[in-house]
Amino acid sequence: MKKIMSAAELQDLSQTLLAASDPDQPVARVCLGPGCLALGAEKVSQAFRSALKKSNANFKVQPLIKTTGCHGLCSQGTLVNLSPGNFMYVRVKPEDVPEIVETTLVGGKVVERLLYSENGTRYRTAADIPFYRAQQKVILKNVGTIDPLDIKDAIMAGAYQSMAKALLEMSPDEVIHTVEVSGLRGRGGGGFPTAYKWRRAAENAQEKPGPVFLIANGEEGDPGAFMDRAIMEGDPHAVIEGMIIGGYAMGAHQGFLYVRHEYPIAIQHLSVAVQQAYALGLLGKNILGSGFDFDIQLNRGAGAYVCGEETAIIASLEGRVGEPVVRPPYPVELGLWGRPTVINNVETWANVPHIIRLGAESYAKLGVPHSTGTKIFSLVGKVRNSGLVEVPMGISLGALVEEIGGGVPGQAHFKAVQTGGPSGGIVPYELKDVTAEAAEKKTLSVDFDSMARTGSIMGGGGMIVMDNHDCVVDLARYFLRFLEEESCGKCLPCRLGLKGMLGFLDHFAKGEGTPEDIDALESLGQALVDGSLCGLGKSAPNAVLTSIRYFRDEYLAHIVDHKCPAGVCKDLISFSIDPETCDGCGLCAENCPEECITGKKKKLFTINPAACIRCGVCRDVCPVNAVHVA
Amino acid sequence: MEGKKPQKPDIDALMEKYPRHPQHLISLLQDVQAAFSYISPENLNLVCDYLGVPITQAWSVVTFYKSFSLEPKGEHEIKVCLGTTCHLKGGENLASACERVLQVERGQTTEDLRFTLDTVKCVGACSEAPVVMVDKEYLGQASLLSLKQHLKKL
Repeated sequence: MKKIMSAAELQDLSQTLLAASDPDQPVARVCLGPGCLALGAEKVSQAFRSALKKSNANFKVQPLIKTTGCHGLCSQGTLVNLSPGNFMYVRVKPEDVPEIVETTLVGGKVVERLLYSENGTRYRTAADIPFYRAQQKVILKNVGTIDPLDIKDAIMAGAYQSMAKALLEMSPDEVIHTVEVSGLRGRGGGGFPTAYKWRRAAENAQEKPGPVFLIANGEEGDPGAFMDRAIMEGDPHAVIEGMIIGGYAMGAHQGFLYVRHEYPIAIQHLSVAVQQAYALGLLGKNILGSGFDFDIQLNRGAGAYVCGEETAIIASLEGRVGEPVVRPPYPVELGLWGRPTVINNVETWANVPHIIRLGAESYAKLGVPHSTGTKIFSLVGKVRNSGLVEVPMGISLGALVEEIGGGVPGQAHFKAVQTGGPSGGIVPYELKDVTAEAAEKKTLSVDFDSMARTGSIMGGGGMIVMDNHDCVVDLARYFLRFLEEESCGKCLPCRLGLKGMLGFLDHFAKGEGTPEDIDALESLGQALVDGSLCGLGKSAPNAVLTSIRYFRDEYLAHIVDHKCPAGVCKDLISFSIDPETCDGCGLCAENCPEECITGKKKKLFTINPAACIRCGVCRDVCPVNAVHVA
Repeated sequence: MEGKKPQKPDIDALMEKYPRHPQHLISLLQDVQAAFSYISPENLNLVCDYLGVPITQAWSVVTFYKSFSLEPKGEHEIKVCLGTTCHLKGGENLASACERVLQVERGQTTEDLRFTLDTVKCVGACSEAPVVMVDKEYLGQASLLSLKQHLKKL
């Protein structure tokens, strides 16, 4: 393909492509996002292609089967969006595809049974579904609609227009000023003002002439979070475009995409996107005839949670072990190979083109003062509609979980939300004691500062909903074990402190310890906060500290009463089969890994408590809920 | 599996893709890991000589990052996700069940070198927890039964 040499040519290409595409062409957009992929979405897209080949229908225009990034409502996958009609089909299986082709793509009619339904209402289009209604898609605008492997599709959707505007119509300082006025704060978790970093890096480079480096942090290590994965897989060009704009603003000519190695698809999509951008001259020398050069290199992470920390990323990019170093000096002064370096999260970079496109003032009107714009969350756990959501900052936690998420399924009730991954905390549903504001609304505003006041952090955007069957002691212990394994071991408070804290939690989970131990655990946690070298160590005790702050009773239940109220901690629970409800189907005995359930079909089954390993398989398979935990 | 002849990967070809600079240590080792399924002491030495990196640094790198293995991995890699959502939805039980079925502990490879069992801290498919990754394929809402069926097909 011919290189694009000016903004006019970019505009021309976009117009030509749009003119060539037929508005009457039927399109099926099959979601290949993280959730749908795990449910076999690839087979659905193949089924579409082969069904079209086999179909005898006489199409005016041959339908287009597009595979896209995440559509959002992951719990209902595989999702397929069809036009004309803009129908959204959920739980699509390969065997449904021939009917979709005949009825919708050929006939233009809806397949009722594949529509999303809630409380007896069927919803035809995504925009009608409650899950989407309260959302505001800015950054995810193109995720789920464009084919991420085709740059032409991205250009038709407006990609690289903001870059053209920045490079050709704005001065570098104007770009930084725009980002400053927009109020953009780092989306990786810390919420540091982005423009401040940019300005410092640009100033430092002027004082000591030489290169400036940019890094996109795609080491999304927080468990329970897949926002960055969805962006990198669904709209990789937004990240690239954001980095080019940033490079121009700071006088940087080299960017690095650092992507977690557990995300092979994100790596593939970014690498294709980078290649295609080079082929069109949107990366490389003299971009759009502006005289500005920018290169991007893709680096795979090698499997270390600590490499989400900015000084650890730098070490890793230099080919060393990812151990953080003391800040200051900050990377904007002394970063990669001793040069000013700006590290922003993938989502932060993806915000930049939209800020230029909307203008700083319009962007700043989104969200709340001090936390502007929208934020992407992965809303998962014990919630009816789980998936990827984008909402304006400052939405209430209740609205997020109840309205968008549809609340906790079944009989259970909403207990808490874990935010911010291992660096974050466990925030209870009732936040009466946090702020007067929250007390009045009985729920928490989701923005950087309100979240920090709870003792948690907003973090990257993982939101894991817990119900009353989830134990906070167990979850705090889970995070400690995670962090203890992932601690790089460089500084003592983190290396030994986490071991010590885990020791306490291991005892509590067995029903051992004294109430004074809870205080000792708190004070040890505080020592980590005060004494650790890097941000990960300083925030490591958050889950424990917040869970004690809000759920001390549950700790006491373990220690004093030797009970796990949620029925999770294995040493404190026992399984039994209720003779009243058991219908003697025998599924439990068939599935018991220890073969410790005995009984005859159609008669009562019983569990031998001495041999039981409390794995809970019997409870999960029982069709009549006869297995009880006490 | 017709037409698929086992080909011995060529370490020199892998190395020559990179300029001789220490910054490429991790990327190059990742290619070696992918091609050989582990990093042998011989290959580690060759990489160090090529890039001009002291062996101690390379050694610290391969033992620090989890994606490197110093022992050959099995033909198929089973990674049970233990992210937060998977933890809440029974990932730990699933991992123990895999250990019992494959008769290996996590991190180990079966004797016939067919399967390596590992756990992973979140693959980012949390909506479908618990998730197991088999090679590059994601299995959502996984159970021991569905995993066994999948492994049979391999």
